[in-house]
Amino acid sequence: MNQTVPQTRRVSPIMFAMIMIALLLALVAIYWGFNEYLYGDPSTASFYLSIGIAILAVSTYMMYQTRKRMIKLLSVEIQPLSSTVQCAKCGFKNIREFKQGDFVFKETEEMCPKDNQKMTISAIYREVKDKEKAKEMSF
Amino acid sequence: MKMIMLPILQTVLQGIFPSGDNLIGWIFQVVFLGIFVVFMFYGQRFQMMIMVREVEGSLFKLKFMRDEARKASINNIKEIGKIEGDPTPQIDRFLEYFNIAPVDLDPSGVIWRLEHMLDVRDVRFKDDVKLMAPKADDTQINNLENMLEAALALNVIYRVIRHYYLLGRKTLSLYVIMQLQMILPLIMREAEAYALAQKAFMLGQPIGDGAGALVAAKLMQGYEKTKVEKDMVLAEVPIEGRSAYVLKAEGPGGNVGKPGEAIRQVIEQNEGKISLAILIDAGLKLEGEKTGEVAEGVGVAIGGPEVDKYKVEEAALKNKVPVNAIIIREDIGDAVSPMRKEIVDAIDGVIDRVKRVILERTKPGDTVIIAGIGNTIGIGQ
Repeated sequence: MNQTVPQTRRVSPIMFAMIMIALLLALVAIYWGFNEYLYGDPSTASFYLSIGIAILAVSTYMMYQTRKRMIKLLSVEIQPLSSTVQCAKCGFKNIREFKQGDFVFKETEEMCPKDNQKMTISAIYREVKDKEKAKEMSF
Repeated sequence: MKMIMLPILQTVLQGIFPSGDNLIGWIFQVVFLGIFVVFMFYGQRFQMMIMVREVEGSLFKLKFMRDEARKASINNIKEIGKIEGDPTPQIDRFLEYFNIAPVDLDPSGVIWRLEHMLDVRDVRFKDDVKLMAPKADDTQINNLENMLEAALALNVIYRVIRHYYLLGRKTLSLYVIMQLQMILPLIMREAEAYALAQKAFMLGQPIGDGAGALVAAKLMQGYEKTKVEKDMVLAEVPIEGRSAYVLKAEGPGGNVGKPGEAIRQVIEQNEGKISLAILIDAGLKLEGEKTGEVAEGVGVAIGGPEVDKYKVEEAALKNKVPVNAIIIREDIGDAVSPMRKEIVDAIDGVIDRVKRVILERTKPGDTVIIAGIGNTIGIGQ
């Protein structure tokens, strides 16, 4: 198996450098803004301050987004699975978490609390969140 | 607020429409013109760079999924096979397997040649898994084989996408990258489904594709089962005054069996006296349709390489057996990932439909075939 794509992908160095420069410029602009406000023209001060704060906000947001994208890239969501264990005689049902070795129609060692019979797995399934279901049926 | 906003607005307007010695305004103007010129000549290049970045992101995720699947396969084989050595070289060899499709320039007999090739592949895969995990039982062998096939699929997807990505970068072709970027969301969905499927195969969990097998398993509960060719189980079940041959792949290991061959044998053993054949399978849903929705139709509902479909069509045509199909709708992701509750809830509805179709289309005393198609992983009988 050839490996041409890097094993771990971090934030691109160019992107990182750009964000860092922007952050630095934002801090300089804010400093100038304060300086102007204290010793110079208030209108120039507000200009520098607004520019500085805007750049600071945008670069912080970009940094956060890059990190969020990386987390999203590396996650494959695994939903929990349930096994329904049922008594063949009285129909008593117990829903529990899936255990390795479970399969549908397997006779388990679990006993029915009503008639003390061995119970069978009648279903194994995963439940999808309502939010995802709503996405499927948007029309 | 007005005191702050007015000077800012004034400065910005002066910047856009500079006059006299307004230095900031001139800088804005030059930058604006510079951007305009750069985008005029390099706009397409920028667009391509953005697309390349997007493809690179997806490729990175594909690589991550492929590597995780490989790692999980190695660990699982070590755990189940209880072997001393390292199975990594064998697994890496397995993940690089390929199939060469038979010649279809002369289509005569292509189905039999394809079937032979698939049989050879199946035997080879099973033998390789047995060598990797000699202490595994038959169910575990089937599950391990399915697990490795999911890892193999992820490896193939990754390699193909990487090929087009590198080709696009090498040739600087916008159109190669553009096609890749357009199709990637669908490929990523499929790859994610395979990643989930691999986990399901490792743990022996039922998958959405097993909906048909689950219906058949429910119908044959409490009746004697016999093994039939190949990897299939058969039970004779009385339904609504008719005699039904209920078929499914042998579980609970990951297995699809050869339903076409089994149905053909049942038809021949009954000298063609079959009043109706009902095939139940998971069917791909269209976007907007509900998962677990049940639909009826006619024809052979068997997916895959079509060898089994062909065999059923041939036998049905020869003996004039009407073939009906019932499908449980789900998307590709649901078909290869652990079974959803909606699909499990639909099973009783499918059984009711089977009974209704039998009542409507056959007479008491008739013989029918009911075949539950699909991978029976995590589903016994």
